[in-house]
Parts: sequence; C-alpha cells; structure tokens
Amino acid sequence: MTASAALGDGEAAGLRRRVAAFLHRHARVRLSLLLSAPLAWLGLAYLGSLAALFVTAFWSTDTFTGDLVKVFTWANFQDLVTGEVYRTVALRSLWVAAAVTVIDLVIAFPMAFAMAKLASPRSQRWLVILVLTPLWASYLVKAYAWRVLLSSGGILGWGYGLTATIATLSYLWLPYMILPIYAGLERLPNALLDASGDLGARGWRTFRTVVWPLTFPAVVAGSIFTFSLSLGDYITVKIVGGKSQLIGNVVYDNIGAANNLPFAAAVATVPVLIMLVYLAAVRRTGALDNL
Amino acid sequence: MNLSRPARLLLRTALVLGLGVIYVPLAVVILNSFNSDRTFGWPPPGLTFQWWHSAWNSSGVRDALWTSVQAGLGATAIALVLGTMAAFAVQRYRFFGKNSVSLLIVLPIALPGIVTGIALSNTFHTVLGIPLGMLTVIVGHATFCVVTVYNNVLARLRRMGLGLEEASADLGADTFTTFRLVTFPMMRSALLAGGLLAFALSFDEIIVTTFTSGAGVRTLPIWIFENLFRPNQAPVVNVVAAALIVVSIVPIYLAQRLSGETTTH
Repeated sequence: MTASAALGDGEAAGLRRRVAAFLHRHARVRLSLLLSAPLAWLGLAYLGSLAALFVTAFWSTDTFTGDLVKVFTWANFQDLVTGEVYRTVALRSLWVAAAVTVIDLVIAFPMAFAMAKLASPRSQRWLVILVLTPLWASYLVKAYAWRVLLSSGGILGWGYGLTATIATLSYLWLPYMILPIYAGLERLPNALLDASGDLGARGWRTFRTVVWPLTFPAVVAGSIFTFSLSLGDYITVKIVGGKSQLIGNVVYDNIGAANNLPFAAAVATVPVLIMLVYLAAVRRTGALDNL
Repeated sequence: MNLSRPARLLLRTALVLGLGVIYVPLAVVILNSFNSDRTFGWPPPGLTFQWWHSAWNSSGVRDALWTSVQAGLGATAIALVLGTMAAFAVQRYRFFGKNSVSLLIVLPIALPGIVTGIALSNTFHTVLGIPLGMLTVIVGHATFCVVTVYNNVLARLRRMGLGLEEASADLGADTFTTFRLVTFPMMRSALLAGGLLAFALSFDEIIVTTFTSGAGVRTLPIWIFENLFRPNQAPVVNVVAAALIVVSIVPIYLAQRLSGETTTH
C-alpha cells in the first residue's frame, strides 16, 4: 500500500468517525435521515399521486380529440350523483362488500377461536401456516379455481353472477379475517375466560360479555381488509360475475374503453371516501394497531 | 376453560370444515392440471402430464415468469430499504405525526388496488411523462410492499430492546459498527421474512400491475388473465395456476420459520 492510499484510508476513517459521532449526538438528524426516503416515497410521491388523481376528477375530456381539458368542473360528480346506473352500482358494491365481510366474520371467528384456544401450542403454529399459505397463493389463481368450480360443468356448478362473486370474494379474503381475530384471541388471557366461567357465566354469555368486546378491535381490523378489498375489486367480477358490474368495473371501463380518466377518477373517489369514513369510524376502537 | 363438550366439538368441526373450504378449490386446480379432458370434466376421465409439458415449452409463460421475478426482486429491494428505515424511525424515536406514518404505510394496501393503480399511472403518464414499463411496475409494487418489511422489522425491534446496542456503544463501537455487528445480525431473519412476503405480494399482484405496466411488460398474473378466457389455452393456464400454488408454499414456509423462531419459546 502506498503512503497516499494509507493517508486516504485514514482520512476516510476519520470522516466516518466524525459522522458517527455527529449522528450519535443528534437524534433529530438521525430521525430525519431515517424518515426522509419513506416519507418522500409514500408521503410525497404516493399521496401526491392520489391528490393529482383527485384534481383530475374535476377536469374533463374533449369529446372529439379525447385530450384532457384542464378546466375546473363539477360535471363528473354531477353525472355520478344523478346517474341512476352509478347509484345502483355503488349500492351494489357496498352490499357485496358488506355481505362478504359478514360471511367471512361468521366463518372466521369459530375457526380463529378453535385455533387460539382449543389447539395445542404445537398445532397452533401449523394451523397458522395452513391459514397463511393460501393467502400468498395468487389471487388470480384462487378466483380462477372458483371459476372452474362454479362453471356449469364444474363441481358446484352454480353458474356465474353476483352470488358467485360474493362466494369467491368471501373465499379470497377469508384468511385476512381469520388472522387478526386469531391474533386478538391469542392476546386474550385464558384467565379471563376461566374467571368468567368461575363467576357462573356459560359459553355464550362469556362470548358476549368477555370475548367479543375484547376482540372487537381485531374483528374490525379484519373487516377493513375484507371490506376494502371487496370494494375495489373488478377482476373477480370479471372472472365469475357474469354480466354484473361493481364500482371497480366502472372505473376500469372508463379508463380503458371510454378513455375518460377524469370520470374514472371521480368514480374512484367513491370507494376511497367510503374507506376513509370507515377508517375514521373505527380508529377509536384501536383497530388500526391490529393491522 | 369451561366450554361444554358439544361446543368444543362444534368449534373444532368449524375449523376443519373451514380449512377444507380453503384448500379444496386449490386441490381441484392442481388435480385439473393432470386432467386429460380439455374442458376439465369432473371426475377426470384420465390423467396426463401433457399440459405441464406444453406449459413448460410455452415461451409466453417463460417470458412472463422472468418478468415477474425481475419486478418482484426490484420491488423487494426498495421495500427492504424503505420499510427498515420507517420501522427504525417509528420504533426508536418520538416525533409529531408518528401514528400517521403507520397509517401512510398501510394506506397503499388499505385503499382499493385500482385507486393506487390509476393514481400512479396518471402520475407517470401525465405528470412526469415517464413511459410505462418495468420501472413503473417496480415503483408501483414497492409502494404496497413496504408494509410487509415494516411490520416484520417493527415487531423485531420491539422485541430486541436497546440493551445490546447500548452495551456495544459503551464498549466503544460507533453508530455504524454497532449497526453492522449488533443491530443488523439481530434483525436479519426479520428482514428475510419481510422480504419474502414482499416478493410474494409483488409476484401475485395484478391490479396495480395492469395500470402501471403499459403494453410491453407482461407479468405472470397478467399473462394468466389475458389467457383466462381463451378456451384452447385453458389447460396451460391451469398448469400455471397449479405451479403458482405449489411455488407460493415455499416463501411462506420460509418466512414462517424465520419469524416464528422467537415466538415458539
């Protein structure tokens, strides 16, 4: 090694030490550095994109050229509110999302309870893996699996439509409901259940007065997933929904076939508003910490 | 716990039935990939490896697979960096708007995918003027993958405490040395688990991909969706679906082993 290189190394080490010492003393600087990239990405770029999309909802497109006309107008929202079709589609989407959430809750709660409170610790781990694994199997593959099951020659053979959509969506999001509830039940000390029993409460009463109130935040956390994921879906509907349409399809069709981004953006604000209202409403329950 | 015997039995039955409902459709897809009947007649009239063979030789499938791997690796790398930084900030410091950071990180998966998709595509297209392609897909995927890394690292940092890092500093190690020799080794498995989940999330995603990929980039889910409604492609699509089911077991098994090691005590 030459003398100058050794000197360079020494300088680099000295600089490094000074930076380390500076960072060690200045917690605020460390914090700003840590936050800089995530906030630039999600806070600036992502939220900025959402904001830009929202602004676009107040623009329009030129009927002849298809170009964006960047002049403020309420027209898109007026069409949205006055259009009979859109109200029907929005209500139908809400109904589907609610139905999926309730179905998943009814199926998931007993499963999560059996996993958390009846299974041995060893089998608990395997059960969690069993529930988690299909979550990571492709969404599309699972919707496809139901297409095969529901097809007129298939095992279930119900045919396609809104019922098929609800069944498939419930299937798709079921693990999202099981896992938060399972985690919530696992945190629930067994001593509380024993105490409730010792004080004379039977199974149902213990559930109603002890288990349900304490796991409610977890249930809400699960419902955020099932509700939001159902609300924005347009692919499952295309695969098993037959001719049915949900909000997502209206957005999709306005971007693709109709080439009307402003109107698509206006329609897209509907599920976002619904989700924001939902999130704000459940914030008090502490559900967001259960995500 | 004083649950009656029938109640226990009922709950256990619900669990078994529920798991059955979860797995039967997947099993049917795997079985159908060997079904010698083109239209998946049930029960299968015979078994064959023919569809696996033609899927393996399909250039469309291979290209799509490679595209998906690239997108997944890119998104995972970005998610690892951003998720770790955010987790450290939230777990180790107090600051104004701390709760909003968690909300911000969950937002891309809490909002409907189509909203994230068109918002990003609109930004790329009309605001920034970037042509849609692999880069935009990676950016889109990274946005919703951050949360898996963030959650895993946050949970690990909570359990780790500060003791060992303070000891390292007391022994004269500076910030960087402590990170390299103490902090990083302790969170390595959490990073791996978070990274695997991020990759799986990206590998499977279709909605954001649809809007950010443009015409040239075709990931595996996009390929499946394009061929889903073509009857003569049905057996090959089914094989790809079956392969994806089998492949998805690997990352989740690994992630569970990695993050579960400390919770089993």
